[in-house]
Amino acid sequence: MHSLKVAPALLAALLLSASSLALADVKIGLSGVLSGGQAVVGQDQVDGFMLALEQQGGKLGGQPVTVIKEDDQLKPEIGIQVIRKLLDRDKVDAIVGLGFSNVLMATLRPLVESGTVAIATNAGPSPVAGAKCAPNVFSTAWQNDGAAESMGKFVQTKGYKRVYLMAPNYQAGKDMLAGFKRFYKGEVVDEIYTRVGQTDYSAEIAQMQASKPDAVFAFYPGGMGINYIRQLSQAGLLDKIPNYSVFTVDGTTMPALHDAAAGTVSGAMWDAALDNPENRKFVAAFEAKYKRVPSEYAATAYDAAQVLDLAIRKVHGNTADKKAFVAAVKTAGSEIKSVRGPFRFNNNNMPIQNYYAFQVVNQGGKLVTRLLGTPLPEHKDVYFAKCAAK
Amino acid sequence: MGWGLVLPQLLNGLQYGVLLFLLAAGLTLVFGIMNFVNLAHGSLYMMGAYFAATAFGVTGSFGLAVAAALAGSIVLGIALERLAVSRLYSRDHLDHVLATFGMVMFFNEITRIVWGPQPYFLPVPAFLASTVKLFGINYPAYRFAIIVVGLAVALGAHLLMHKTRLGMLIRAGSVNPDMVGALGVNIKFLNGLLFALGSALAGLAGVMAGPILSIQSGMGEPVLITALVVIVIGGIGSVSGAFYAALIVGIADTMGRAFLPMLLREAMSRQAADAAGPALASMLVYILMAVVLAVRPQGLFPAGRGQ
Repeated sequence: MHSLKVAPALLAALLLSASSLALADVKIGLSGVLSGGQAVVGQDQVDGFMLALEQQGGKLGGQPVTVIKEDDQLKPEIGIQVIRKLLDRDKVDAIVGLGFSNVLMATLRPLVESGTVAIATNAGPSPVAGAKCAPNVFSTAWQNDGAAESMGKFVQTKGYKRVYLMAPNYQAGKDMLAGFKRFYKGEVVDEIYTRVGQTDYSAEIAQMQASKPDAVFAFYPGGMGINYIRQLSQAGLLDKIPNYSVFTVDGTTMPALHDAAAGTVSGAMWDAALDNPENRKFVAAFEAKYKRVPSEYAATAYDAAQVLDLAIRKVHGNTADKKAFVAAVKTAGSEIKSVRGPFRFNNNNMPIQNYYAFQVVNQGGKLVTRLLGTPLPEHKDVYFAKCAAK
Repeated sequence: MGWGLVLPQLLNGLQYGVLLFLLAAGLTLVFGIMNFVNLAHGSLYMMGAYFAATAFGVTGSFGLAVAAALAGSIVLGIALERLAVSRLYSRDHLDHVLATFGMVMFFNEITRIVWGPQPYFLPVPAFLASTVKLFGINYPAYRFAIIVVGLAVALGAHLLMHKTRLGMLIRAGSVNPDMVGALGVNIKFLNGLLFALGSALAGLAGVMAGPILSIQSGMGEPVLITALVVIVIGGIGSVSGAFYAALIVGIADTMGRAFLPMLLREAMSRQAADAAGPALASMLVYILMAVVLAVRPQGLFPAGRGQ
């Protein structure tokens, strides 16, 4: 009997000492989609963040770090459980990742109310960039419209008169085409919305072929993009109609696209081909460690780790003062050497950054990505004026 | 709408239809004859594609990739039938759904663990990489090859069902399985064989879809749902019903996607048409199924009586 009573007390003491030990560490919650068809995106985020952490010897700002990874399954209802767990149970000092736009929007309220530093590495929905902006919610990724706006500008400058638009039939698809049209002023031959998760694009491709546009702009993330680009290529249209896209041809889809990607032009804030010292170092280290080319999702998470590193150093590891930590993150944003070139947080905590145009070209049997230009240098989104923060 | 616009869409619909047929044939046999609901059929399709991509990655030969997909999915199908499915025949449909839905999750996770989350690549074989000229239009050669292979398989299935002893037993089993068993036919062996045949067709569909689609975890589910629609429309247990229904669904879906938004624009404002068109087009096959269920609940081409 005696020993039975001692055991729980001992256990409690052990747990207590364990948790007080853990308190010494800075705790970072890392949330994203780690299962299902889009798991490749979440995996790249985790790998990008962990790479930066490893390069700092497992520390951020000189403080030992514990990372708690959570899978939001790309479902808003799971995302909110994950965020609540990280905030209430794990009491993390910062959350990185925050998933796709739909998940971020669902979790926005608890995030804002907690006042905890939250850095989105995969989304920048327009409400968060505008009226719903919050001092502690940052994005090291992009405001969602940015890449599409840059392609609109690029296609406009190229002088194309008749452009065919395609996107999946959901909010992000509509936002992308709206972003494109904000800067493209020519004729839109047709605007096609396909079923989300559609695998076969033969019907749409035949329609496109028949309407003989000057150029095509599309947004097809993940597996949809692979299907769309490969089917265009098999129909022999990639050679005939210039192809512009965003989040379609990137590090996550290139392994499955191979030659089919040749000739396509993408708008993005980053690519592995971007030539600056920080990026060369990042890409080389990522390839050495994970044996694959990083995607933009890895780059944004890598940058988020840089921001946190600098911010934690600024507050000397005292992340308990949330207001000071949030302010440190904001200033750290404009001081880090981002792998994407110029970077700082706007008043709405969305990035002010370059949007580039990249082209995949077949150079003697090897696919290389070439920088075509910077259609939108140090671009600010159109929503920041609606954000009350100065 | 000119001929040049309709013909490619007809071919696209036909190609989609024969691919659906490959999946629906196995599904309808297993459902109709063994009275077994197999949601894991889409997983066999996915595994076929993965086997093919792996074999291609190692050998660089498309022929070997096809062989690997067929062999792999047959072995997997037999293993599944022996280890799990055969124990469930006597249970009711809800147990089938529960068990095979579990298998769907199992296979999706196992592909992520073994092959990783990134999508896999299977190229179009070099001799089919270009386009063919058909009645004055250019059509991707590989898609045309799918149509040819699919029709050949359909013909083979027809001959198997109607000209062989095995086919006779299968047809008999779909109408009255107890009587077939009572007549001394080894129904256990017949079931195993049927399951393996269905698995082989699913694997074949997987490898043929590989060069068009991205090979990734979970690729089996959307196509499985459409295949279920096909067997409901065609009449459960009927292979020829599955064939006709697959073509109807393939062509209806493709035509709907291509022309419905266009037709709606004639009737309403462009903005409303752009919103309603895609939504209606993606509902089309389900509306078709609902109508068939209301008018002819046994399906358009039910097994047994009509044959």
